[in-house]
Amino acid sequence: MSEKEVKNLEEIFEARIARDEKIEPKDWMPEKYRKTHIRQISQHAHSEIVGMLPEGNWISRAPSLRRKVALLAKVQDEAGHGLYLYSACETLGISRNELYDQLHTGKAKYSSIFNYPTVTWADMGAIGWLVDGAAIINQVPLCSTSYGPYARAMIRVCKEESFHQRQGFEIMLKLANGTPEQKDMAQDALNRWWWPSLMMLGPTDAESVHTAQSMKWKLKRKTNDELRQQFIDQTVPQADLLGLTIPDPDLKWNEETGHYDFGEIDWDEFWQVVKGYGPSNKKRMKDRVGAWEEGTWVRDAAMAYAEKKEKRKNDIKRAI
Amino acid sequence: MSKNNWPLWEVFVRSKNGLEHRHFGSLHAADAEMALENARDVYTRRSEGVSIWVVESSNITASNPENNGELFEPAADKVYRHPTFYDLPDEVKHM
Repeated sequence: MSEKEVKNLEEIFEARIARDEKIEPKDWMPEKYRKTHIRQISQHAHSEIVGMLPEGNWISRAPSLRRKVALLAKVQDEAGHGLYLYSACETLGISRNELYDQLHTGKAKYSSIFNYPTVTWADMGAIGWLVDGAAIINQVPLCSTSYGPYARAMIRVCKEESFHQRQGFEIMLKLANGTPEQKDMAQDALNRWWWPSLMMLGPTDAESVHTAQSMKWKLKRKTNDELRQQFIDQTVPQADLLGLTIPDPDLKWNEETGHYDFGEIDWDEFWQVVKGYGPSNKKRMKDRVGAWEEGTWVRDAAMAYAEKKEKRKNDIKRAI
Repeated sequence: MSKNNWPLWEVFVRSKNGLEHRHFGSLHAADAEMALENARDVYTRRSEGVSIWVVESSNITASNPENNGELFEPAADKVYRHPTFYDLPDEVKHM
């Protein structure tokens, strides 16, 4: 294709998106659109898969059967969300194995929030309430993104996600209204998860390199700072309801803007964690790669069994 | 590293009797039986279905969007295939 032809196709393509038309897998798309989508969708899928690890730690330690079934269901949902998203990503012409490989070699990123440890049961509450809360804010606008398979996957994800946040808030509520030790535990979890949750919504608009292009492709419908403000505005009253204190002395309602003002985010910490130096980066990758490698013989055995069954079926057919 | 990759399957789910099977998504599985079991776990965790079909993706032949013009545009100027093309007096009922 000549440069002029590509340019022409690109213009038609951009116009389709501007008209809110969806792009489907076999449609022509600019290489940059494909690459950007592979990067974002796979990063999202990896986050779901790695996100199971900090919670998996607490399944066998859940304080009651009610909490245990809920946590199990939530972790199972996350596996499902990872699968929806991997499938959507594969429609862009990359294989599942390549995607796993990118995760396991550190070439692809996942949400930095999962590189923090889950040290008490209250962390299950804080993660559901704050981390899933921030995730929902990020994900809802994606239900109307321009790439059809991604938008469809996100609709399913969002439908299932709201129980995650509610079960987390319920855990926090129970602890906050419990013994003084339980309330301390809830406060401690909020102290540790608050700032990482704010960072989870991404670097500030000034630092975010992909925002402008992503907005155009509807891969992003609000900027990181807008999403962060929305998260803070809706979460502060929830913390009040719990009787817990958000660990930010600069947090206060601003009558003029109609939003909460908040303190400085420690972006050095964010970039350290993104670059692999968070408290649990090594452990998460070791667990993930270990699970994949230790499962190799199971995947091989399943395939060998399937082939043997197929062969036997064909032999019988031939004999008849 | 595994020797063999599990093939890709497309999943179709009937959400309730009376409705058609609809494409829900895809997954990897070693064979049809496993694809069905995985589809049940991945796509029907909240009573989304009463029946599942799985089809190995390589068995699907799809039209190419590049041919959309010749395939689908001819229908656009055949308005006489639609009931509103025909002029009838208002007095005609039940038609």
